[in-house]
Amino acid sequence: MKIANAQLWVHDQDEVLAFYTEKLGMEVRSDVTLPEMDDFRWLTVSPAGQEDVAIVLMAIPGPPMMDEDTTQQVEALMAKGFAGTVFLTTDDCRSDYEQLAAKGVEFTETPEERPYGIDCGFRDPSGNSIRLTEVKLPANV
Amino acid sequence: MAHAPPARHLLRAKDLADARYAEQLEVDDLARAAGLSKAHFSREFRRTFGESPYVYLMTRRLERAAALLRNTDYSVAEICLEVGLQGVGSFTTSFKRMFGMTPTEYRASVPPASSQARVPGCIVRAYARPQHRTIREDSAPTRT
Repeated sequence: MKIANAQLWVHDQDEVLAFYTEKLGMEVRSDVTLPEMDDFRWLTVSPAGQEDVAIVLMAIPGPPMMDEDTTQQVEALMAKGFAGTVFLTTDDCRSDYEQLAAKGVEFTETPEERPYGIDCGFRDPSGNSIRLTEVKLPANV
Repeated sequence: MAHAPPARHLLRAKDLADARYAEQLEVDDLARAAGLSKAHFSREFRRTFGESPYVYLMTRRLERAAALLRNTDYSVAEICLEVGLQGVGSFTTSFKRMFGMTPTEYRASVPPASSQARVPGCIVRAYARPQHRTIREDSAPTRT
């Protein structure tokens, strides 16, 4: 068993697509709009060089796919910052932090030393949480 | 400052091509990242990596363009811009030189992106359900 895709709810697919590609440097893996499915848009992204796993950027459906109450509950959870989280790793957390901050990425935590490495956190435009960790090599932990 | 071996400068330029191919990047920009003159840079790059920086950058862009033709429904013009190229004409020429067919022919030669998208069955079922709003049971008067 392997991970293929994992999904995040998003408010605006174009806005988050620009964020994940232009700011984080990820690549589009799939972007298809299906007229036979009420213009449902299947949109996935993943880091360059990691093509076998992707994040699905899923628009929150309204009725009849999702009833109005549930839609509002999902949006409320996202607004409170308790929707999805993506955990990314990097070779250089501090350098990435500087570059992303310069691009206007909204950080919730600046890089900090942790037992497992250096870690920071930010949000995508829909409020999803993203952790970025420079993992220490096991020998150095 | 410690002197870095030349290949490290070249690698920085190569990494730049890999990371920012989607922007309007030219060989001049890569040479600048390596801190070398354009001619010297191109020569050194080819000697180290076996191909010119122009070809390296172009093949990176064309590989991405081919993936977008296979996996998205973006237009050829959109894909051209998406991979950092400006003119659809020169994009088509370069693409044909590499893949032996134009971007449009390439797309037609592979299964449609919509059939490749791994949309899970639960979503297909939810979105493809006929949206009858006048089913008799709903509108039938309540018997009292």
